[in-house]
Amino acid sequence: MLTYITRRILYSIPVLILSTFLSFVFISYAGNPTALLRQNPHFSAVTLRLMIHQQHLDKPVVVRYWYWVESVFTQKLGVSLQTFQPIWPDLVRTGGHTLQVIVISEVLALILGVAVGIFSAIRQYSFFDYTFTTISFLGFAMPTFWLALLLQILFVDIYLKWNVRIFYTSGLNNPGKGAWSIDRLQHIALPVMTLCIISFALYSRYMRASMLDVINTDYVRTARAKGMSEWHVIMRHVFRNALIPIATIAALNFGALLGGAIVTETVFSLDGIGYYFIQKLQNLDLYAVMGYLLITAIAIIVFNLIADILYGYLDPRIRYD
Amino acid sequence: MPDPILSIKNLAVEFKTDDGIVHAVDDITYDVFAGETLGIVGESGSGKSVSTMSILGLIPIPPGRIASGEAFFKGQDLLKLGKKELQRFRGDEVAMVFQDPMTSLNPVLTVGFQLDEAIKTHYPKESDDKVKARTIELLALVGVPNAAARYDQYPHEFSGGMRQRAMIAMSIANSPSLLIADEPTTALDVTIQAQVLEVMKTVQAATDAATILITHDLGIVAELCDRVIVMYGGRIVEEGDVHTIFAKPRHPYTIGLMDSLPKLTEDEEWLRPIPGQPPSLINRPPGCAFHPRCFLSQGRARCREEVPALEAMETPGHQAACHFGEELIGYRSKFSEPVTAGSDA
Amino acid sequence: MTEPSVPIGGQIPVEQGASAAPSVAPPGLTDATVEAGLEIKVRSQWDYARRRFLRHRLAMAGLIGLIILFGAGIFANYIAPYSFEQIDLNNILSPPTFAHNHFFGTDEIGRDYFSRVIYGIRTSEEVGVFVAVLSTFIGLVLGAIAGFYGGWIDNLLMRFTDLVLTLPFLAILLTAAALLGEGSQWRVSFILAVLFWTGTARVVRGIFLSLREKEYVEAAKAAGAGDMRIMFRHILPNTLGPVVVSGTLAVATAILIEAALSFLGFGIKPPTPSLGVLVAGGETNPQQWWLTVFPGLTIVLIVLCVNFVGDGLRDALDPTQRRVRA
Repeated sequence: MLTYITRRILYSIPVLILSTFLSFVFISYAGNPTALLRQNPHFSAVTLRLMIHQQHLDKPVVVRYWYWVESVFTQKLGVSLQTFQPIWPDLVRTGGHTLQVIVISEVLALILGVAVGIFSAIRQYSFFDYTFTTISFLGFAMPTFWLALLLQILFVDIYLKWNVRIFYTSGLNNPGKGAWSIDRLQHIALPVMTLCIISFALYSRYMRASMLDVINTDYVRTARAKGMSEWHVIMRHVFRNALIPIATIAALNFGALLGGAIVTETVFSLDGIGYYFIQKLQNLDLYAVMGYLLITAIAIIVFNLIADILYGYLDPRIRYD
Repeated sequence: MPDPILSIKNLAVEFKTDDGIVHAVDDITYDVFAGETLGIVGESGSGKSVSTMSILGLIPIPPGRIASGEAFFKGQDLLKLGKKELQRFRGDEVAMVFQDPMTSLNPVLTVGFQLDEAIKTHYPKESDDKVKARTIELLALVGVPNAAARYDQYPHEFSGGMRQRAMIAMSIANSPSLLIADEPTTALDVTIQAQVLEVMKTVQAATDAATILITHDLGIVAELCDRVIVMYGGRIVEEGDVHTIFAKPRHPYTIGLMDSLPKLTEDEEWLRPIPGQPPSLINRPPGCAFHPRCFLSQGRARCREEVPALEAMETPGHQAACHFGEELIGYRSKFSEPVTAGSDA
Repeated sequence: MTEPSVPIGGQIPVEQGASAAPSVAPPGLTDATVEAGLEIKVRSQWDYARRRFLRHRLAMAGLIGLIILFGAGIFANYIAPYSFEQIDLNNILSPPTFAHNHFFGTDEIGRDYFSRVIYGIRTSEEVGVFVAVLSTFIGLVLGAIAGFYGGWIDNLLMRFTDLVLTLPFLAILLTAAALLGEGSQWRVSFILAVLFWTGTARVVRGIFLSLREKEYVEAAKAAGAGDMRIMFRHILPNTLGPVVVSGTLAVATAILIEAALSFLGFGIKPPTPSLGVLVAGGETNPQQWWLTVFPGLTIVLIVLCVNFVGDGLRDALDPTQRRVRA
């Protein structure tokens, strides 16, 4: 098992290097930071040349990449080209906020999705099943930003009509409140709901399909032939085996959740890493954008790793891969 | 004649499909006695598996339906029992071995755990150590080498033959009175088949269980069975003890089956398969199910109109369902003479 | 996947006491013989697929919905009561009404919303189809080459698709659209297509990989068929089913992602109409619910219909999946 984990970690490193390199090259060519600096009216020609030299913008791309990698470790991702503020502290702060929202959404969606999936499979074609199948289909079809907007409009309406705040519709929290206060929860409830509904649709559908696949296998038939009660058959043989593909799905969904976070943070004006990214992108603040891409790539890789490990734990066949 | 362990009377099983109702099993009646091995022979789709699975309640009931019949096991009609009661029989008094060992074991649980489960389901009070000891004993009985070490292994670490042995071990764990083996060797290589058959013989000798052996392979029938039932199109077409059936088959289908086998000691130029295809169980031809492929029928009206009933033949215990079975009297199949070693080959 | 052969039920004359070689006279495939359960009607593969699809009620509903919606987009010029940029400052922010044919109301400078949504549909369908077709084509070609030749080409492709999976997808698209998209519909579509093909490529590669070992490929090679011919005539037809399914579902995903990009301001920019941009307009006027609801609802309907049709196609063309409906 340990060798399996080590192998997966070692494998991730070149992937990370490659993806950041490609992103960097792409941004440098498509974005052209030199041109951006030139556009800044505050710089005289001399300052400009100094800046270009200092930021190594006169060197070839590969060299620049190397400097950037260096900055990742030494200067903590360096300094934004626009604001000249360090990038790293911003990323940490916003990343923490986003993580809070995402983790809560994911956990809720998993629990609900798995439960509904199991029940739908056991009571296939029942009213319960049809209802939740419909909800799943709707969940797939609904754009995240639209759902977020609708929720926002709904609760703004409620506030304006009846003057009662159930959930806040923008911002992370009112001043002075802590990260885990009721106030914070009230603020992040709507974004969590948005992300949760869409992930829930995914998990419930896949869990249902997985359950149905497993229920029809030969080894479940063997278990029944042994005289086990249906309840035991489901708990010991069906449930655990059906859960295995969900681990992979959950990992793959993480990337989608990060994308969803971009959207929800924009709609609800949350100080998260997605909102940060959008703002920096609008200003074409390239090193900040690279910082975001690096952090999110690492996060995704870490999550995939966790899912792989979980998968290896659940399915012994994989460990000898 | 002592009472049969299992007595099936007029069993009929159907399945509802999009294309119509499939009559998988149509009014079959047979008995199984203690200590004997009964072979059920037939092509795919002849209803041989369905008849036994339906007794244990292992066919999915919404599309499936037991249309009629009774199945008396030691006096109790299994078909009338509720789910919970039936579960007590499954794996304890009546055990089943399935066809495909590659998929019949849960891949994420150890083999030892799954065998323990077979015991603990019916004897939950037994200590874990006792159960584990019994499992290892069973694995050794069926010839799994290094049983104690293998106990902790996963199914994918077992070969196909070993998995089937484990399945057999699982089925005899609680000393069942009736063992049903559904094509136990079909999915295995020929050499492994021989080994597993040996295991089955050992198991038969060790227990006194009645065994139903379902197969399409006449060779296995010849090796292991005491009596044989031949099924076609969901019905029983011939029944008798194994020597009689092989030497003096009295139904054109059985004859066709024997004829399609090459005999080692004879010179034959062509293989002789039975022409045609098995019947669709949805649109069954009226009359005898076999008549479209039958060499004896020759288009006679009675075959087309009337379902033949099982009639007694010369040897006691031998029955065949053919309108013109008398015409086959005197027929001796190529297996009626014993094979002499060292013949021209 | 060849046609099943017609079964033959023949009569076998025989002498008594021995079994004889069959002499077979194939009967005609009359209704009587079908009735007798002797033969089953032979149907082609496409026949079965078509029947399965037509039986799938949701898929049929989706198909009808799509015809209506896409038809509206195609014939926008005839259906829309106004041009999508026609300004009417007397009528700003009016709620949906039958007066003046403002079925969906008007926006903050008086443009008719119904017309804008209709033209938005047209843009969405253009983007969706373009991205799906292009990405499927790229995926098909690359997957075929990788799966067929194997070796380092295959390795390279697999590493690359793995890579794409580990990237933050939306962020990369946003970056690319921000830097290269310039708000143009076709540029954005192209960017999407370039990143979408990995899914199809994996599926196609899998099929080619598994089929190239089959005996009929060896037989074709022995008969002297060249690589191209084998790939095209023998293996490729087997990919069409899954490819059609994945392509259809790609339309839905493309429409959703384009809407998200445009909503955030990085995708298609005005004056080109886009449903995402329309929803963004609704964000600044939360009191005017119709500005948000109608374009979003339209997106939902389009995607639902496409998904239904895709599900039906999957049922029809890939029955081995054993995925119970929905």
